[in-house]
Amino acid sequence: MNTNDFKSNDEIAWCPGCGDFGILNALKKALVALGKSPKNILLVSGIGQAAKLPHYIKANCFNGLHGRALPPAVSAKIANRDLTVIVTTGDGDCYGEGGNHFIHNIRRNVDITVIVCDNQIYGLTKGQASPTSDLGYQTKVQINGVIMQPLHPLEMAISLGCGFVARGYSADIDFLSSLIIEGIKHKGFSLIDVLQPCVSFNKKNSYEWYSKRIYKINEDPNYHPEDKIAAYQKAAEWGERIPIGIIFKQVGQTYGQRSGIDVMAPLVDEDINDINIANVLKEFI
Amino acid sequence: MNNNGITIKISGEAGQGIQLIGLALCNIFKRCGCYIFANQDYMSRVRGGNNFIQVRVSDKPIYTLRENSDITVAFDKKSFLLYKNTLNKGIIISDKKKFGITDEFPGFLDVPFYDLAEASGNDMFINTVCCGVILALTGVDFSYLEQVIKESFADKGEEIIGKNISAGKAGFDYIKNNFKDDKFKIKTGIVNQTLLMNGNEAIGLGAIRAGCKFYSAYPMTPSTSIMDTVAHFAKEFNIVVEQAEDEIAAINMVIGASFAGVRAMSATSGGGFCLMVEGLSLAAMTETPVVLVDAQRPAPATGFPTRTEQSDLDFLIHAGHGEFARAVFAPGTIEEAFYLTIKAFNLAEEYQIPVLIMTDQHLADSYRNINSLDLNKVKVKRSIISKEDSKSISSYQRYQLTPTGISPRAIPSWIEDVIYSDSDEHDEMGHITEDGKLRTEMVKKRFYKKAAGLTRKIERPTGFNLKDANNILLGFGSTYGVMREVCEILGSEFGFLHFSQVWPFPVLETVEVLKKNKNIITVENNAGGQLARLLKRETGINADCSILRYDGRPFNLDFVIGQIKQLGYSMPNLL
Repeated sequence: MNTNDFKSNDEIAWCPGCGDFGILNALKKALVALGKSPKNILLVSGIGQAAKLPHYIKANCFNGLHGRALPPAVSAKIANRDLTVIVTTGDGDCYGEGGNHFIHNIRRNVDITVIVCDNQIYGLTKGQASPTSDLGYQTKVQINGVIMQPLHPLEMAISLGCGFVARGYSADIDFLSSLIIEGIKHKGFSLIDVLQPCVSFNKKNSYEWYSKRIYKINEDPNYHPEDKIAAYQKAAEWGERIPIGIIFKQVGQTYGQRSGIDVMAPLVDEDINDINIANVLKEFI
Repeated sequence: MNNNGITIKISGEAGQGIQLIGLALCNIFKRCGCYIFANQDYMSRVRGGNNFIQVRVSDKPIYTLRENSDITVAFDKKSFLLYKNTLNKGIIISDKKKFGITDEFPGFLDVPFYDLAEASGNDMFINTVCCGVILALTGVDFSYLEQVIKESFADKGEEIIGKNISAGKAGFDYIKNNFKDDKFKIKTGIVNQTLLMNGNEAIGLGAIRAGCKFYSAYPMTPSTSIMDTVAHFAKEFNIVVEQAEDEIAAINMVIGASFAGVRAMSATSGGGFCLMVEGLSLAAMTETPVVLVDAQRPAPATGFPTRTEQSDLDFLIHAGHGEFARAVFAPGTIEEAFYLTIKAFNLAEEYQIPVLIMTDQHLADSYRNINSLDLNKVKVKRSIISKEDSKSISSYQRYQLTPTGISPRAIPSWIEDVIYSDSDEHDEMGHITEDGKLRTEMVKKRFYKKAAGLTRKIERPTGFNLKDANNILLGFGSTYGVMREVCEILGSEFGFLHFSQVWPFPVLETVEVLKKNKNIITVENNAGGQLARLLKRETGINADCSILRYDGRPFNLDFVIGQIKQLGYSMPNLL
């Protein structure tokens, strides 16, 4: 496999310079490195700029409703565990409209990888605040600045028991790619929140703004992502210094293991043509 | 026993085991070869209040309830006061000492339930005492109760079984010694090996037989026992039952599983269905088969959570933003609930559309014993590109335009190409487009073309007495039972037409029946006469009147006969 095997012919509808390009390239690199075949990959998305991403890769794609990327992703994985299921979603899609699914699918722990293209703004609806917009950030709706506290997805995910919590940066493609590889390898729900400049609408959190602040935590030999308390502290770090890398990692039982479907044939392979329920009917006599 | 059998009502508080008595009696009457129909009336609470179960027993098939009962057992004072004046020729049984009842009248039979239960070891055995009482009154051999006790308490040990048998016998003997009248004696040995189930169980079994492999729902009365049924057998049939965080997740999970290639379904009630509506539209747009059940209950909003209504008809045939084809079934009986569930899966897969099954609390929770379910009547028919055929496909368009509107459906990972599926308007490949011409073609595909195909596969309405009758009752869903019994009693002047599919509406069949200038009366559990209005919209035919009930209670034989009488028809007196 090489990058060309994942080339889609669909025309890209993002703004020039959009952070999503870096994420797209990092994802392709990761898929090449993992040796996955396009037909065994399923990309699922909701609505938003990030949600268009599956069209720009040659792989199976289910582009559903706004906020609803996670439910069809987990059920497709349950139906066919041979699929590598990756969700590409945004901060509005995943943390706003889809917040309830974010919470409960971390609990469900189906083996999927969730890449959140987090630009701290609503791009496709042209510049309103998102759940991760910084306090005080002004938009044409939040005229006096955002007054809701920002949602902290990484802290939230750690507290909910997510076994793989990482943060990437769209301009560091190689590093992001390595995070995606680790996320896909991790068995269970993997969250990769990717800081991504919105060149059209987010005038604050720009390439320059992020580049000045970002540092890689995993270069620190004293940082152990298995340490939950340390992970909370790192996840909360925001402002002058912003950590990227694998913030928290913990191996736990997946949905597939707990439900038993991992040891069954994939549901999609079941022959359903003449299911014998004669014995079941006897229970009603 | 009169022509319409014996009706028994057990009434008391939630938590007293009313339903257990009812089910035990159903089992016993089924085993001794009677026809039964039973329905529980319960409140939205776990303890207290007033709940009852009505069990009708007959020597011929029965399909509906009665207004009053021949035997009423009151397990609390409230129930006694509620029913003591509704007896007609029946009796009311209660525990005078326990509930401090001072009344004395000919139809009152005092049974010291609590003393008899305590004498057998525990006042919890009042349920078993009650079963013994009913068996003695109806002339059923005590051995049936003994057998049911042995089976029900098999895992509780010999001591509990022994005490229950002793409690049952105490109730049985009490009647033998104190009530000599045999007017409630029933005919037994009429039918053998019947299946006792309710509408929800039939839907659950239909789903299993149809090959449903993924079931996701959020619990909502009165749909929940479909999930219970599928979950009960899930392990045996390799089915995943996933309780969703909300109905939005439920339908989106169903869609994801279906996209991945398995048959999938969800069930809910009106409020939950409201949350599913966006997903319904997604299923239509992405052309992903889904089967959804709306077990209706009185609305708007939370309404009466545990009661019945048929007020979602208009909603279901229109639900979802945008225009797309769908089918809506409205099974009238347990058997139809089973067969139409299988058909729903076949049709959803063939047309790649949402198929809705509209039931209500009355069908969902009513028990009837049926002769059998024919496993060959509706066979599973798959409409996907098989795994074998998939291997040779290296170039694929998910939304290929075809004359029927149906594109061959491939399963991801089976074919050599990839599949793009989108909720945005899309081209044949599945990529997002804003092209006007393509849009027009795609709308035709999802709406006109599929609808045309569906119209050729409509489930024909069931007719009864249509040839001779001048008066035709019209109904859908759970009113089948009451219309049938009403027409059986009223004779050749009355017939009925029952719609088990309401969308696409069976226009031709309906016009054929109704064109002969019949007097048309719709029977509907709603306030708006929604079926009458649908009839008018689809056929231009006006119903002459509607018998409507919207107090949250199901129709019964006496209620409908009474309403017809009020319309000016002469009616026989019902016993």
